[in-house]
Amino acid sequence: MVYSYYPGCTLKTKAKDLDAYARACAKVLGFELEELENWQCCGGVYPLGSDEIATKLSSVRALAAAKEKGQDLVTVCAACHHVLKRVNDDMKNVEDIRFRANNYMELDEPYAGETKVLHFLEILRDRIGFAALKDKVVKPLTGRKIGAYYGCLLLRPSDRMQFDDPENPSIIEDFIRALGAEPVIYPYRNECCGGYISLKEKDMAKNQTDLIMESAAGMGAETLVTACPLCRYNLNQSRTQEKVPVVYFTELLAEALGVKAEAAETNAEAAADAKGNTKPEADTDKTEDMQEGGTQS
Amino acid sequence: MMQSQKEKAELIREISGVNPSKCMKCGKCSASCPSFQEMDIKPHQFVSYVLHEDIDALLESKSLWKCLSCFACVERCPRDVKPGKLIDAARQMVIRQKGADYLSADEIPELLDPELPQQLLVSAFRRYRR
Repeated sequence: MVYSYYPGCTLKTKAKDLDAYARACAKVLGFELEELENWQCCGGVYPLGSDEIATKLSSVRALAAAKEKGQDLVTVCAACHHVLKRVNDDMKNVEDIRFRANNYMELDEPYAGETKVLHFLEILRDRIGFAALKDKVVKPLTGRKIGAYYGCLLLRPSDRMQFDDPENPSIIEDFIRALGAEPVIYPYRNECCGGYISLKEKDMAKNQTDLIMESAAGMGAETLVTACPLCRYNLNQSRTQEKVPVVYFTELLAEALGVKAEAAETNAEAAADAKGNTKPEADTDKTEDMQEGGTQS
Repeated sequence: MMQSQKEKAELIREISGVNPSKCMKCGKCSASCPSFQEMDIKPHQFVSYVLHEDIDALLESKSLWKCLSCFACVERCPRDVKPGKLIDAARQMVIRQKGADYLSADEIPELLDPELPQQLLVSAFRRYRR
């Protein structure tokens, strides 16, 4: 099975490992992630205003490109998934948005939400099945106590996302079980990490992640697993003494499928390549530029 | 052109797509809100302000910049009022005015650290400025 793949901005920069592990795992599990050409950033958050059109167009382009290829559209990042799924929902169900977005786009055939948007976890649950996944595990994570951190974007609003029960989700716990580890249920697993508030209101985000970390550690989690680079960043900023390491779900999967070392190596090479190529080319790595600016100030 | 409170209330209803008169004041939105302590106007009060067409107070409220858009209030509202969408509409009304952005590119360098993901920058820019 071949899927259209939308990595998103962060999987090309700060979360290269989330991407590399996903690709390596897909290979083992027998499906292919075919990266869309010329995909554009989804904007990170879904534009809530009912009159927002321009801010949704990058998502519409990705959705329409997948439709043209006759493929489902897969994301790994929870934020990209959220934005793409909700814009797709608008294109399917909101006539005004569909009409105006298509006017901008001038596609050969108008787009009306035909593409199926899937998160990588949904492929594992709905297409492969956790029982079949369990059979593919070569290095079971036996004895590990792992807490699922869902956050907001995968779950809410549930009538639009249709991902899992928003108050008592189970998909990541089932995933953890399939890998041979023990899921730890804790109260704050679907509470917000602070999201974008951590840019300007750093303490507010830390207040949130302190609660989450304490809750997870208190229930005995030794590792937290997430699908979102921003959740991971915010959780890592927590000030609690008992800090639980936070890993991407694809990293755990790669470990259990026995491809972690190999994927990490590819990832390191890719990172080294990118670094070596930055200076002479016009397409310089903006991230690095920004960071340099950050350390100077 | 100066807009009246009534026109502003109409606009906030339009942008948000929310009907505040459905609210039964149960307070579940505020009880669910992770930013409740930080807000001067709480999510359930936000709905009342729109209902009473007291919009200028909302446009000046610091709650606009404390909301996480986590959709907890949207998910848990038993009347499908979606206070988070009202807050976002008010935020939009502010930042759509010329020079009223809440985040400028000049601020970015000192807010960065080596681990900060790109996703955080694009998300903040989308919520805080046009």
